[in-house]
Amino acid sequence: MGSTNSTLLKIPNVEVLMQETGFSPAHIIRLHDRFKALDKEGRGHLCPHDFGAIKELAMNPIGDRIIGAFFSPGKETVDFHTFVKILAHFRPVDKDRPKEPNSPEPINSRSNKLKFAFQLYDQDKDGKISRDELLQVLRAMLGMQVTDEQLESIADRTIQEADLDRDDAISFEEFRKSLEKINIDHKMSIRFLR
Amino acid sequence: MAFLQQFALLLALLIIFSTSCKTAMLEVDSAEVGLNYSLKSSAIENISTSTNDSTGGHGSSTITTLPIVIWKWHHVETPYLVALWILTCWLCKLVAELNHNITSVIPESGLLIMMGFILGGIVWGADKAQTFKLIPVNFFYYLLPQIVLDASYCMPNKLFFSNLGAILVHAVIGTCWNAGTVGIALWGCYEGGAMGNLNIGLLQFLLFGALMSAVDPVAVIAVFEEVHVNEVLYILVFGESLLNDGVTVVLYNVFDAFVSLGGPKINAAEIIKGIISFFVVSFGGSFLGVVFAVLISMLTRVTKNVQVIEAGFIIVLGYLSYLTAEMLSLSAILSITFCGVCCQKYITANMDEKSVTTLRYVLKVMANGSETMIFVFLGLSAIDQNIWVWNTGFILLTILFIVIFRFMGVFFLNWLLNQSRLIPIDLTDQFVMGYGGLRGAVAYGLAASLDEKKIPEKNLMLGTTLIVVYFTVILQGITMKPLVQWLKVKKATKSDLTLNGKMNNRVFEHVLTAMEDICGRMGDNWWTRHWNYFEDKYVCWLLMTSDARKHKDPIFGVFHKLNLEDAKKYVNEGESKGSLAFIRNYDNASVDFKKQLALEYADIMPDIMNDMSEYDFGIDNVPVTSVMKNPLPSVSLNVHELDRKSMLNDLSAHHLLDQHLYKSRRDNRPTYSRSHYNTSENPDEMQEIFQRTMRSRLESFKSAKMGVNPAKKLSKHPKKDSTHKPNGKPADPHRTHPYGDEDFEFSADSASSSEIAGHFPRRNTNAPGAGVDNPAFIPEMDMSPPMRNPPWQTETANNMAVAPSQTAQGRLPWTPTNLRHLAPLRMSTRSTDSFAMADASVDDEAPEEKSGSHHTRL
Repeated sequence: MGSTNSTLLKIPNVEVLMQETGFSPAHIIRLHDRFKALDKEGRGHLCPHDFGAIKELAMNPIGDRIIGAFFSPGKETVDFHTFVKILAHFRPVDKDRPKEPNSPEPINSRSNKLKFAFQLYDQDKDGKISRDELLQVLRAMLGMQVTDEQLESIADRTIQEADLDRDDAISFEEFRKSLEKINIDHKMSIRFLR
Repeated sequence: MAFLQQFALLLALLIIFSTSCKTAMLEVDSAEVGLNYSLKSSAIENISTSTNDSTGGHGSSTITTLPIVIWKWHHVETPYLVALWILTCWLCKLVAELNHNITSVIPESGLLIMMGFILGGIVWGADKAQTFKLIPVNFFYYLLPQIVLDASYCMPNKLFFSNLGAILVHAVIGTCWNAGTVGIALWGCYEGGAMGNLNIGLLQFLLFGALMSAVDPVAVIAVFEEVHVNEVLYILVFGESLLNDGVTVVLYNVFDAFVSLGGPKINAAEIIKGIISFFVVSFGGSFLGVVFAVLISMLTRVTKNVQVIEAGFIIVLGYLSYLTAEMLSLSAILSITFCGVCCQKYITANMDEKSVTTLRYVLKVMANGSETMIFVFLGLSAIDQNIWVWNTGFILLTILFIVIFRFMGVFFLNWLLNQSRLIPIDLTDQFVMGYGGLRGAVAYGLAASLDEKKIPEKNLMLGTTLIVVYFTVILQGITMKPLVQWLKVKKATKSDLTLNGKMNNRVFEHVLTAMEDICGRMGDNWWTRHWNYFEDKYVCWLLMTSDARKHKDPIFGVFHKLNLEDAKKYVNEGESKGSLAFIRNYDNASVDFKKQLALEYADIMPDIMNDMSEYDFGIDNVPVTSVMKNPLPSVSLNVHELDRKSMLNDLSAHHLLDQHLYKSRRDNRPTYSRSHYNTSENPDEMQEIFQRTMRSRLESFKSAKMGVNPAKKLSKHPKKDSTHKPNGKPADPHRTHPYGDEDFEFSADSASSSEIAGHFPRRNTNAPGAGVDNPAFIPEMDMSPPMRNPPWQTETANNMAVAPSQTAQGRLPWTPTNLRHLAPLRMSTRSTDSFAMADASVDDEAPEEKSGSHHTRL
């Protein structure tokens, strides 16, 4: 336990972090180890190319976007707290943990998970998924067999499906509505973060 | 009720007829119908004891004169009786299904067993003996395989594999637990004196426990059919019951071997051998099934030319996988199960849509048919006097133990599983799982195949098995539905088929795998992803035709499905509304209808939306997705209903499409350049039409709304214009001749084909492997300035196109003759129309703004 405590002590504001994210000390330590492993140069923060060094991530069709999600606009680095907070989106929702009144909405709530997914599309941060943004994601994901025309019509169709106010873009509200039937807690949770 | 009586009468007649045939046969002292005879037959064994070997004797008497007709009952006897019994059983099902008030209370399986009682009574009354019964050979070779194949083929694949761990735990460990504990507990009670004096040892009790642990998939599905529980619970129960059969048979064989070995000879080595054999048999069977699945998938790659029997291959090979496993003494049920589950995806992709439908239909017919027969014969078996060796203690204790230990096993295993599950199985679900342990035909079949020499109390066991089957199927079956309602078990959520859902699911998967990578741990998604990668790279290459590979992307699949649905709806709507009467009314079409149309087509027919929105129906508030709601949950317990419905849909789609869309295409063939359009090797023409139609519809919608014409659209326009002129299409707004439209349609069609021809070389580079120059990965290419002609450059061309389009818009879409040519027509009118709108905005040099306002004005 000594080592546990000493690792935890090294992290500043660890209590706040744990409370915000709901992670247990064991999780924090594991993530901290991982963080240090990624941070090869030991600067205490991660740069995009640190993420790029993860081999499997390069195979991910939307890997760039996901990496991008770690960096708030204008920033080139991500520190441990932000790193953990981003990952906390994927903590499964725990039912039995007592819910404190007047506590802010946990990071792993449904709408926060959705927001995370939404910003992957919404690269220009205007609060809407435009047709072009959708097309880019589709292009990345749909592989080489689908022709451009098909891609475009799929994108149009997708927008039509979700677009309630007919502005040819999907706002977050529309995005949320279109995914109402999907069990986000299930689909956007990683088991070992429980 | 009149129907009921009629059918009952018919049924009674049939029974009497068949039994009288039987008695007549007995009087004539006929031939015994042996197994060699009934190879083709199914469940009926004729156990008439009169065995004189005059099988070929009926034709032997020398004839004195040429007979014109002769009575040749013996020639047809066996197949005739079999067919008669099949008919009788199916009529039973018909009768059982007549009244929905009854079927909603008593599950079908229970009803069929009761019908079996009645039939048995009639047979008993006529014959005073049981002349027909279910014998294990027939059951295992002719009735069971198709049921298992059907169940596994229709298994929701992804759900099954993602829950495979839990299913296996329940099916393997749970079954062994049930078999062992029930056997030992019964033995303990026997030693304690609860059953009087029986000639049963521990091994026999274990054997009995093993056969009693078979949870019957048929009974389970039949009972759960009415109850739409959530999909995880469903797949757990269904998957478990399916795999559990295989495990039970293996376990049964192991214990059977122990019994024949005899108590004293069993030592540690034999027990270890038994355990090894258990695993070899189960996993060997499963592996064999996978091998056959690979074979089937590869075969369907090349069966394009024999499409008619394509579906037959799968059935025959599936059956062969069963028999092969049986031959190698591996688990046949597991073999055919894995065969069905694994090949499903690939053969669906490889085969023609019609063959897929056929296969599903045929499998359903066979499975449903034999399932019906099994239940009827289970009921019918009750009249066998021999098996009724009553032992109250034994029977009651058996029922008690199977229920208790089932619950204990389920709760314990679920507790174990919940330690590591992302979404734990909650208590009510566990309870339903435990309660869903219905015993059925497999247990009976195994009990019937017990060897009386080795197990002196076989009849007691058989009778007890029957009672357990009746108890679980009828009593538990009836109480299941109220229980599920009372416990408020989570029901299946209805899910829509939406592109958004599909696409975001995919995004979520990618996100999760990325997060796992970032965390540096191998989670579930790691495995899924790597399997997907492996599958994409090697498995699909091996098992799928190149064409199928192209279309297998799920997002694209959903897109295609939605388009098909839309087209179907459109045709339907046109049929019901677009008659002559409707045309007459078109100009002053009632607001109501427009409203309805607009509501229904808000998503697919934006042009109508635009027209309609003058009336301000508040359509914008209608969620678009509500239109395409699939009324059934994505995974429905009611497998049969789901299939029936979807098959019906498929069928009607095929029907409608054949009638309406495809035909129009054929009419157009002279001008339709096949070679140009035909970039893919196997063009499903119907499908292509839809894609084209929908694509252009969407594009024009987009251009109408945004005032931005995609580059290729404009570039194709001059071509379109040139095709117009030769056709002599008059830009006459007063043209009324409806058949003139066909020309118009031609032109649009050839324009689009030439457009595609223009893309031809580019498309070729899209072949798998040439991914680097794939435009899909060069987003700029599409938007590149050279490709985008400014709208004013094509102004004149547009002006040419506008005039006919407006007339067309006025009249065409709803004329009956054009209903047939729906797809191309819509494309033509729409696209030109949209150009008109775009053009109108060109003058201001601010197309977007203008068309936007245009839109809002509308």
